[in-house]
Amino acid sequence: MQSSPNTNTTRLLIRTLVAWAVALLLFFPLLFLAVTAFKTEGQAIAVPSLWVFTPTLENFYEVQARSDYLTYAWNSIVTSVVSTLLGLLIAAPAAYSMAFSPTKRTKDILMWMLSTKMMPAVGALAPIYVLYQYASLLDTKFGLIILFTMSNLPIMVWMLYSHLKDIPHEILEAARMDGASLWDEFRHVLLPLGMGGLASTGLLCLVLAWNEAFWALSLGAAKAGTLATLVASYSSPEGLFWAKLSAASLMAIAPIIVFGWFSQKQLVQGLTFGAVK
Amino acid sequence: MKLNRMLAAIAGSIVLCATATTQAATELVIATVNNGHMIEMQKLSKHFEQANPDIKLKWVTLEEGVLRQRVTTDIATKGGQFDIMTIGMYETPIWGKKGWLKELKFDDSYKVDDLLPAMRDGLSADSKLYAAPFYGESSMLMYRADLVKESGMEMPNNPTWEHVAQVAAKIHNPDKGVYGICLRGKPGWGDNMAFLSTLVNTYGGQWFNMEWKPQLESQPWKDAISFYVDLLTKYGPPGSANNSFNEILALYNEGKCGMWVDATIAASFISDPKQSKVADKVAFAQAPTAKTPKGANWLWAWALAIPESSAKAAEAQKFIQWATSQDYVNLVGKEVGWGNVPTGTRQSTYDNPDFKAAAKFADAELAAIKSANPADSTLEKSPYTGVQFAAIPEFQAIGVAVGQQMSSALAGKTTVEESLKTGQEAADREMRKAGYYK
Amino acid sequence: MAEHTRAGSRSLPRLLMSPAVITLFLWMIVPLVMTLYFSVMRYNLMQPEQTGFVGFENYSYFLTDPDFWPSIWNTLILLGSVVLITVGFGLAIALLINDPFPGQGLVRILLISPFFVMPAVNALLWKHMMMNPVYGVLAQVWTFLGLKPIDWLTDYPLFSIIIMVSWQWLPFACLIFMTALQSMDREQLEAAGMDGATYFQKLWYLYLPHMARSISVVVMIEVIFLLSIFAEIYTTTSGGPGNASTNLAFLIFKQARLSFDIGVASAGALLAVILANIVAFFLIRMIGKNLD
Repeated sequence: MQSSPNTNTTRLLIRTLVAWAVALLLFFPLLFLAVTAFKTEGQAIAVPSLWVFTPTLENFYEVQARSDYLTYAWNSIVTSVVSTLLGLLIAAPAAYSMAFSPTKRTKDILMWMLSTKMMPAVGALAPIYVLYQYASLLDTKFGLIILFTMSNLPIMVWMLYSHLKDIPHEILEAARMDGASLWDEFRHVLLPLGMGGLASTGLLCLVLAWNEAFWALSLGAAKAGTLATLVASYSSPEGLFWAKLSAASLMAIAPIIVFGWFSQKQLVQGLTFGAVK
Repeated sequence: MKLNRMLAAIAGSIVLCATATTQAATELVIATVNNGHMIEMQKLSKHFEQANPDIKLKWVTLEEGVLRQRVTTDIATKGGQFDIMTIGMYETPIWGKKGWLKELKFDDSYKVDDLLPAMRDGLSADSKLYAAPFYGESSMLMYRADLVKESGMEMPNNPTWEHVAQVAAKIHNPDKGVYGICLRGKPGWGDNMAFLSTLVNTYGGQWFNMEWKPQLESQPWKDAISFYVDLLTKYGPPGSANNSFNEILALYNEGKCGMWVDATIAASFISDPKQSKVADKVAFAQAPTAKTPKGANWLWAWALAIPESSAKAAEAQKFIQWATSQDYVNLVGKEVGWGNVPTGTRQSTYDNPDFKAAAKFADAELAAIKSANPADSTLEKSPYTGVQFAAIPEFQAIGVAVGQQMSSALAGKTTVEESLKTGQEAADREMRKAGYYK
Repeated sequence: MAEHTRAGSRSLPRLLMSPAVITLFLWMIVPLVMTLYFSVMRYNLMQPEQTGFVGFENYSYFLTDPDFWPSIWNTLILLGSVVLITVGFGLAIALLINDPFPGQGLVRILLISPFFVMPAVNALLWKHMMMNPVYGVLAQVWTFLGLKPIDWLTDYPLFSIIIMVSWQWLPFACLIFMTALQSMDREQLEAAGMDGATYFQKLWYLYLPHMARSISVVVMIEVIFLLSIFAEIYTTTSGGPGNASTNLAFLIFKQARLSFDIGVASAGALLAVILANIVAFFLIRMIGKNLD
């Protein structure tokens, strides 16, 4: 770089400021939600919005007293984690073979997979409800796991495929020339190189399953209610509900957000060696 | 009291043993709406569980729209997910007639005659009670006594819409953040159409004539909707086309609304100093009228019912009897406070001096509920029951379609005439599809 | 060819693919056949006693709905705008924060957070706390600037929905692009820098080609999700005023969940599948080659 250190510093300063401004702007609604969770219902609707007030934990107590948070959280964890793992297990081999042994039909298959998601969920509700009822899957975690797995599967295959495509063919071929077995190839080449893809795909599908509300609300109830159900029991009752809904929402998204934050760090920092050439 | 309940519990368990249906503990799944009174019921239900150790309660609490979709799907496909459903005055007669609900037969201790007649009739089909009212409501006018007084106007107990419009003009002061009147505008059969149906009723209109033809292009509809659009455009807050109960409640509690016509249940929120800045300034009157007092105020109840498919009907009925009894009202009064008891269902509640002392809206609410008659709420004869709805399965679809048109007229995107024409066509399509006429 | 040196390498790929293909096939075909069946039957949950074959009546009912064509139009506008916004800003943001600066990690975290918010909460949050013309944050900002607050949901209903949905999906695009940028060839970039390439040259010749596949993936996945968005619309505007924010999925939602007419909803769902296929067809022509 020929630019003087001075312009470099100015550039860095501008970049930093812009990045922070954008980030804060996008994060603001969420921050507002978090702040509201600590207000009383009256304070929550005050105009102009209050930024200085005595925080209260009342909303969180109320949510905990009314609904058994841990049950909902457990249901969410089980359904999203199991469906994501199951999905990866099915999707990874498919993506692998599409990326490294493509045929003429590979692209068609990819497209077809995505097209299984084209039926709007509302349109498919009646058939699925009837099927689930026959199979006694209504209001079971297993039923939701199947649903989440299947609806995220096409996305998993797609994302994994695109990540694996980024791995240079030559590396694999070199390994094979050296007489590596399929297992060696998997263990020493694919896994390290594809880890970034697996992790980001897994994370995204985890989030999608965690936030899935339509099916969770339509099929789960007393026994398999996820955190989406918890949120639905605080949204729009007769009466003011903003502070309590904010608290419930915060409790519902906190686990996935914290998890997302940690794994994101992992994703972007720990995997720079993915750029092997 | 306690002894009574103990005895009832013992008697209950003996009956259960005799019929040999007891296992470890029967689990009842209760689907309910997330309104305040139901939340209280869920909290207090530990009393019921203590008295009935053989019954365990599982709660599914959802917002109104989601709950309605969920229970309708379940009961229509005989999914059998719920033992007790919270349904409204709209669903009950329809489902009852179809044989989807178990008839409720209570013993004498329930005092079924204590239920307000309007409620009992509205929750019956072919004079069989299919759901027990948990709380009921009508609509009334809530206004800021201070603002009305300042403007030198008066608010009679039975105002006309014309008078309300005059008052709105006087107290409308957007520079100070006070809007003359707040009314519902968000599309939905339970949102803007609930209010607009009552307005049309009092202008002498109806949803369908005796041949089931939709009447949206009739003169009363035109008058009523023109009046509504004009009133809200001149003296309403911005964003009215997306306001429903909760949005307006937030505005009212912040002191932004001079008047508000909505569910009587709002009275308990706006007069609660913990959430309302204007709690000490509110006053109540009956819903305004125009041509006829008939159908000027609506009637609604949230009620508990048992789906026909439930295998635990006996236990379910036992819970319903507990939750909708006079004793339950007393229990809430003692444990939570008399201002928070579920109202609108029993005469005995309004006779209770403790309640009257705690709720200054009691008289207005009772008068409103008593004056509503779902079987006769329009000036011309109508083939349907219901004040702010027509209790036929097609009404939800029609209400939503017409509601969208009304919000469009309110937003000024279309004229009132155009909106009513489009609404009429939508209603006509729906009625034809359902085969009411060719 | 290296692949052929391993025994059985022709059947292995098929074997690896089969679980995904078979399960997805079953998952697709069973509901599809049932939907096809329902779409030619009279089947309203509220009137289960009325049954029977009705031919194409459900289709014609859905197609002659005056809201049908506006809803297709709204669907496409919503789709196009959100994809453009998220991909455009997503790329810009990902490039902006790719090189280290103070607080990089925290900025990344803040940026991806909106994706973790449930759609229903997203809609309520924007409707009540941000966009309400009386007590919303935006109204307060407008008033502070001495302007008349905008009545977002009444005057710009579809645009408001686009903002909400973009807010949710922008982090998704950012995350994918951020990960993709990690595998950029640093040496190549430095070499280009040495040769005196401007930033825009590097962007055009190095970054964009490298990101092409990620962009395609983001576009495809977003298209699939955005075609069936309805929860945000139901919560905020209920499709109004009039039909200004009614999209195809919301129209189907109205039939399925408000009228409980499974027959018409099924017909609508199949029409939506056709629309999705048309959109996908054009997309493939435009970006499909990036997938190889």
